[in-house]
Order: sequence, then structure tokens, then C-alpha cells
Amino acid sequence: MAGSALWFSLLLAAAFAGRATALWPWPQYIQTSEQRYTIFPYTFQFQYHVSSAAQVGCSVLDEAFQRYRDLLFGSVSFHFPQPMGLETFSQLVWRSPEGTFYINKTEIEDFPRFPHRGLLLDTSRHYLPLASILDTLDVMAYNKFNVFHWHLVDDSSFPYESFTFPNLTKKGSYNPATHIYTAQDVKEVIEYARLRGIRVLAEFDTPGHTLSWGPGVPGLLTPCYSGSHPSGTFGPVNPALNNTYEFMSTFFLEISSVFPDFYLHLGGDEVDFTCWKSNPDIQAFMKKKGFGEDFKKLESFYIQTLLDIVSAYGKGYVVWQEVFDNKVKVQPDTVIQIWREEMPVRYTKEMELVTSAGFRALLSAPWYLNHITYGPDWKNIYMVEPLAFEGSPEQKALVIGGEACMWGEYVDSTNLVPRLWPRAGAVAERLWSNKMLTNLDFAYKRLAHFRCELLRRGVQAQPLSVGYCDVEFEQT
Amino acid sequence: MEHRGLGWPRLPRLLELLAALAVQAVRASAIAAASPDLSLWPMPLSVQTTPRVLHLSPDNFFFGHSSTSKAGPSCSLLQEAFRRYYDYIFGFYKWHHGSADLRVGVELQQLQVSVVLEPECDTFPKISSDESYTLLVKGPVASLTANRVWGVLRGLETFSQLIYQDFYGTFTVNESNIVDSPRFPHRGILIDTSRHFLSIKSIFKTLDAMAFNKFNVLHWHIVDDPSFPYQSITFPGLSEKGSYSSSHVYTPNDVRMVIEYARLRGIRIVPEFDSPGHTQSWGEGQKDLLTPCYNGKDPSGAFGPINPIWNTTYSFLSKFFKEISTVFPDEFIHLGGDEVDFDCWASNPEIQDFMRNKGFGRNFKKLESFYMQVVLDMISAINKSSIVWQEVFDDASKLMPGTVIQVWKVEDYTREQSKVTEAGFPVILSAPWYLDWISYGQDWKKYYAVDPLSFEGSQEQKKLVIGGEACLWGEYVDATNLTPRLWPRASAVGERLWSHKDVRGLEDAYRRLTIHRCRMLRRGIAAEPVFTGYCDHEDRM
Repeated sequence: MAGSALWFSLLLAAAFAGRATALWPWPQYIQTSEQRYTIFPYTFQFQYHVSSAAQVGCSVLDEAFQRYRDLLFGSVSFHFPQPMGLETFSQLVWRSPEGTFYINKTEIEDFPRFPHRGLLLDTSRHYLPLASILDTLDVMAYNKFNVFHWHLVDDSSFPYESFTFPNLTKKGSYNPATHIYTAQDVKEVIEYARLRGIRVLAEFDTPGHTLSWGPGVPGLLTPCYSGSHPSGTFGPVNPALNNTYEFMSTFFLEISSVFPDFYLHLGGDEVDFTCWKSNPDIQAFMKKKGFGEDFKKLESFYIQTLLDIVSAYGKGYVVWQEVFDNKVKVQPDTVIQIWREEMPVRYTKEMELVTSAGFRALLSAPWYLNHITYGPDWKNIYMVEPLAFEGSPEQKALVIGGEACMWGEYVDSTNLVPRLWPRAGAVAERLWSNKMLTNLDFAYKRLAHFRCELLRRGVQAQPLSVGYCDVEFEQT
Repeated sequence: MEHRGLGWPRLPRLLELLAALAVQAVRASAIAAASPDLSLWPMPLSVQTTPRVLHLSPDNFFFGHSSTSKAGPSCSLLQEAFRRYYDYIFGFYKWHHGSADLRVGVELQQLQVSVVLEPECDTFPKISSDESYTLLVKGPVASLTANRVWGVLRGLETFSQLIYQDFYGTFTVNESNIVDSPRFPHRGILIDTSRHFLSIKSIFKTLDAMAFNKFNVLHWHIVDDPSFPYQSITFPGLSEKGSYSSSHVYTPNDVRMVIEYARLRGIRIVPEFDSPGHTQSWGEGQKDLLTPCYNGKDPSGAFGPINPIWNTTYSFLSKFFKEISTVFPDEFIHLGGDEVDFDCWASNPEIQDFMRNKGFGRNFKKLESFYMQVVLDMISAINKSSIVWQEVFDDASKLMPGTVIQVWKVEDYTREQSKVTEAGFPVILSAPWYLDWISYGQDWKKYYAVDPLSFEGSQEQKKLVIGGEACLWGEYVDATNLTPRLWPRASAVGERLWSHKDVRGLEDAYRRLTIHRCRMLRRGIAAEPVFTGYCDHEDRM
């Protein structure tokens, strides 16, 4: 899209302030005019064009038509069209003080800058009720996010109910009766997401971050040693046992069948070597394998084996950057997720290294939304330029997008929504819209308006700064 | 027994003796908590429990008045409290009917409430209100004794925190003996309804949560620069022109409801009408109140703080505060007085003349003091007392004894406490407790670690610290995030202001706070998590 066309449309939009400025994220190409049309809720219809390849019966769109009709007009009944475009359409409709629905004559051509625009939720540090996840998917759709990165399990708890290994939740969840995701729950999330054009990227992080797996699978985790005796505590998954790989093989067979997306996230971050080091069996294994004192080699060994297992199930994988940093041999179509801001190098440098090695990259480092501070931090989030690193155009093309992360140490359903929105919206626009969109005033005006629209849609999005919305949030 | 600045009533002798003993035993008894589920917040002055348990049946248990109590069923404040606390205790177990046949152990059939002195049932709580109580939990009738109804409210809260459910779901309580009273009499929360409007519902929720944490003052910073939501009867234009919209307004009825809702929970409403700065929104509905700023010889079009040199200013304020004094029953009105920007005053030629005539030179602090003194006198003339922000003291206004200074500036706040108390004025501490300043991690610990009396000063000076306030300024806060941002972080402040100074252990505090947080969640307060973990009943589950 030529730069001049964008500026023209920005100018136009600015000229017709009010209506067109109320779009989030900003479309690639938009032309509005003063000419407006009334919309009569009772007769307005979304319809499939005669030449459209999709027609009535396409559930994604049929469902979407219904949803957007509700969002626009309340529960006046009737039907209509494409989730992303519908969202933009719904943001163009406005009401006069008398209550009449209008839309200005507008021409929009839109497409995302990056294909992977994700949001990470952590359901291990705190359990998130199904309703919270589904509501998040709704708001993701309003923001044109298209990947839900579900960090299902971790050290703290194991809420994913496995049918091959039911003891995982029986022993590892916070409460196996209430704090779990059943197979039905998982199906519901996947379908709910699908209807909104959102992929579910499931993460089962190993070999670190696995304490909650231990109670349900004795022998899986490495027993740590104090001198010559087990200390009673456990560390990462034990890479020296065949049982480990048998377990992973069976477990990931289930995961591969439950989650339809081509990609699985296999984690691989923050593996603490101390426990491995202390364990005599592992020391022996290291010697046998000729790894010397280099535990990165042991980590590599584990991950490579795991990746081969998962590949054999016809899945691709995303991993955290440590897997790349520690020189694990991975398939060329591995996606590396960059999350560390300064170590081992500044994240922009990491982007350069990952892409110059030919791997695709996902950016998360500057978008850890769980890191809260006082003031309008959405601005810093917004101003991140994912491609601001040294590299050739080919390298830059390997950056497939990014993810806003909401880790769960201090977050659960009491504060998830206000902490996520509208801040995550800043990430959404950065990943969808044209890179030239860096004017904070223009962004502020639209994001503030969008926030009020979110409130109107029942989303508990927090304020950007001093001000008000016509309809404030009221707890139901 | 420590006595705080403004005239602390003495406990009846028996209680005093118990209290004296209790103070010695406090650390030991706090640790001697029998049940692992025991999680009192804030920690009472003295707690003694035994492993002997009693069971309560939702069908049988009731709150009653002792025959010797000075209060009875006609005291609606207590009747309302009984109803509330029954719900908090038994709440979501309404389906337990018929299963009251657990004849294991002794049943606790009744909590008998006894008010020893004139109850003050139909009055408003004051800074000098007696919130002390003793709680004797033994079967079949437990007793809650207090001098006034305010102590009963605090005791009911503690009582409700003692009850837990065992593995079978049976409501259980350990035999206990609790003697309790607050360390500081002023334990407040500040909310700001000008930067963002807060619905009455969200204010009610906040008052509920405050009661769970034994806070007793809601400092209502009701108006400021951005909006004027307070609907004045005398000057209706103020909110007509100054509110965000006609739906972003507190009607006289709204205000009455808030005051009464608070009263029923033993919470004072201290309104703040901040001036002469922070008043942009006043100028919308009241012409010729704010100072016109000048660009050289000509008005710039902008306005600054309230104009301190016009007589009309003072006649307006006099009428306005007369109304405020009738609407808000508390003895105290907060007059603000913070962050006055002198630039606009300095640019105004009329004010320049005035300064010259008064011999103030170029010292605008003198003009500010001049203004504040007139307003302070106005307030005492209508028989109210004033609270002001620290600038009013720092900028050398002549203050009446008894004017309360709220210390809010973080830099060197302990030195400020020394200076203010040395000059003989009571202090409310807020500086280390600006809860709107969020950050990543467990910041409750640093609020908890504050020692309000850690400044240099004599015993008399220390007595002048009447308490503190956790402030939640509204720039980035409204009903969408108010509750999780306030709780349980403010709970840390709550315990610091209520409990004995030696109750500081972080590990035990963490354990109790996480349980207290789950309790607040059960009671409908969306308090955010302290750290990784879970509650049996999550929000939205």
C-alpha cells in the first residue's frame, strides 16, 4: 500500500473526525465521506453476495452475522457476514443523539500487517473459569487478534484434564473437581475461537515449569539431591530415563489429536540446571553421552527428542527463545518466540540473530502486559516497532507477528479484564495496521473511543486516563 | 493502652485490666492460633483460642441481645448488622436445611451481644467513637461485649472470620477469647470521584470491603479539576455545567444513601472540597470564581485557582460550605489546599495590586495562606473542624489547634510528621500509601512494613498521629478496576492501622492475607490475588 494513499486516508479521516476516527485497529486503506445512510435495525441484513464462495450454511459466518447484529442493535433479530470485516463494520455504525443508526459512505480495504497476532493466557498460576476464557476470545475478536496462546499448565497447577493420564489433574490441579478444563471445556474453547477466526495454540511447557506434572506421574521429574541423598524436592523433567520419552510420546499423541492447529507450543524456557546437576543418575548419563559439564547439551538432547516425537505426529512447533539460544537442533520451520527483554541480549538483537539463522520469529518481549506500572503504559506498548532491528528484508519477512502475554502470578478472573483491555489493544493495532501509524494523539483518540465501545459491549476495560464514557461500567 | 490525640475514651476497668494483660500476650497468642484455617484480618489485639470446637447450624444459630444490654431490637443498626453477618457466615449454604443433625460436639446456638454504655445506635460515628469489644466464644452461647454499637460491628466482623467449615462442610468455630481495639482511631480510604465518576454501587461495594477490613473513614474526594459531580442545592449550576454529564452526578439522595450505608458499617464520610487549587470544574458553573489568567495586559482565556481577592469568592464559599455542613454530618470537612499553582495568580494585575497593598511582596504562599485562613475560619464558625493537605501547614498558614494535617508527599515524610506534630497538630499519614501507584509484584508488603510512628519525636508528638489513609486517586481508576486495585492491597494498610505495632511478621501476614482475600471474594468483593494460588470459589465460577 503506497504511503501517500495512507496519508490521504488519514487526512480524510481527520477531516471527518468523529465517525471514522472510531476504528481500532486502523484499516490499511480507508476512504470516508460526509454522505451517510440510515440503518433500520429491523430491515437491515448482512447477506452473502451472489458470487461469494461462502453462502448460507457456512457456520463461521452465519454465527458471526448473528453476533454482530446483536452487538450493533441489541437483540433485534436478524442475520449476516466475515468476522474481521464485520468487526470493522460494527465500529463504523454510529448513533445520533435521537438514537438513529447511521453509517457514513465508506470504502475500506483491509488486511493485517502480520499474520500471527496473539494473546497469551496463563491458566496454571491461577485457574481461569471457562467464562473468562470465552469472554477474552470475544474481545480478541473485537481487536482482530487471531491466535489464543493457551499456556495451560506450569509449576503451580495442572488443570488440563488428560484422558490418557487422568492422574495429572487428579493430583496436579488446584482442585480436581472445580479447577480443571475437561475435554468438553477444551472443545468449547477451540470451537468458540474458530467461529471468531482465532487459532488455539496450546502450550505444554517442558522440561522446566513442570512441578505440577510430578504428583500425577511419579518418576517423571528429576529428584534433586542434597549430597548423596534425595532432598525431597523435584526439578525439571528427567531427560535420562526412557520412561520419560514414552510418557511424552503418549501424552503428545493425545495433545496432537485434541488441538487441531498445526502448531503446538512446546515451551523450553527457563530450565534450571541445579537439580539435574545434583542428581547422580543424570551425572552418569551426562558422562555416558559425553556431554561433559555442559547441561545445555542435556537440555538439547531432551528437546530434540521431544521435537522429533511431535514432528512424527505431523505437528509444527513454537518454542521459547532459550531453545534457540542454547543451540538445540530444531526443524527449519520452528517458530521462535522472543520474550527476554535484555538477556542474553537486547530483544532487538535476538530478533536479528533468530531471523538471520533463518527461523521465523514471534515478538513478545516488550509486550508483557502482566508487568504493570503507574500511568499510560499503553503508549510504550504501542510504539514498539517489531521490525526495528538490523536485518535484510528477507530476515524481516521471517517475523510472523507477536503476542501480548498476560502471565498469571498476580492475575485471575478478578482483575484479568481490566488488566488486559484496552492495553492489549495497543498490541493489536501494532500487529494489524500499517507501520506508519505512530501518532499517539491519533491513537489515543481512537483507543479512548474504542474503550468506551468496549464498555458498551459489556467488557470491563479500564480507563486510559481522566475522562468518562456515556455509559459507564456497572457490575452485574 | 495507648491513647490517641483527640481524647480517647477509657475502657471500662475490667476490660482495661484484660487489655493490659493482653498486650503482653499478643505475640504469643497470635501464634497460638489453633486451627490452620484461622485467619483473622486485621489481627486483634489479643487472641486466645483452644482446640475445642463448637458447631453452628444455619437453622438454629442466631444473634441476640443480652438482657442487660443497653441496646435492643429497636437498634436498627445492630439488626441490620445481624442480618448481614448471618449471610456472610452462612451465605451460599442455603441448601443445608434439614442436615442440622450433626450432634457431634457442642453446638454454638447464639452470639449474645451486650452494649455496656449508651449505645449511640442512632448517631453518626466520630473520631472519638469507641470501637473496642471483647468476644468470648464458648458453647452454647457466645458473648460479644462492647461499650458502643461501633465495637459490636467490629466484633461481628471478627466473629464471622473465626468461623470455618470442616471437611464435612460443618460450620465450626474454636473456643476463643478475644479482646480488641484499634491502635489508631482514623483508618481511612480515599476515593476520587472527579477524575472518574464512580457509581453509587461501586461506592457501596467499597464500603462493604472497608467494613471487612475494619476501615472507618471514607475520605470522599468528590470534586476536582476534571469534573464536579456533587449536586449542590444552593448552587445547582456547579454540577449542571461542571459534571461530565447529567448522568455523572451525585444527587442529594445519592449522598444521603452513601452516608447512611457507611453509618450502618461504622464508617464516617469525610467529604473533601479541595480549594483554592484543583477547582477548574467549579468555574464552569460558577462564573467569576476562578482567577482569570493574563498574558501581559490581556486575559489569556484560561483560568487558575479560586480568586482569593474578591469578596464574592468568600460569600460564595460561605454559602457553599454552609450547605456542605448540613449535608455531611461528620465533624470534619476536608478543605484540600494542595498543589496551588501560583503562575496564574502572579499573572493577574488585580492580584498583583492586592499583593502590594497587603505587603505580601512576591510571596504567593502568603496569599494562599490568606485564603486558607479565611476558609478555615468559615468552617469553625459553622462548628466544624478541618482537615487539610500538608501544604497548608508547610506554607505557614495560621492554623487553629485541632486542624488535622494530612501528610501525603513521599519525600522525607517522616520529617514532615516530626515537624507537624512538633507544632502540635494531629496528623493523618498517607505518603507511603498511594495505592494508585501500581507496580509489578507483591507491593502489599511495602505498605504493610510502614511504621506510622517511626519519625523523630516525643511520646506526646507520636500521640498526635491519629491514623492514616490509603489513597486511590482516580486518574487511571474507575468502576472497571477500582475493586481489584484497592483490595487486598489496602488490607495491608488496614492491619497496620488497627493492629498492635508488633504484628509485622510477613510470613504469617501472607498466610492470613491470602485467606482473607478468598473470604472477600466469597463476599462479593473482586479482590485481586496476592500471588499464585487459588480460592475454593473463584470469581465468576
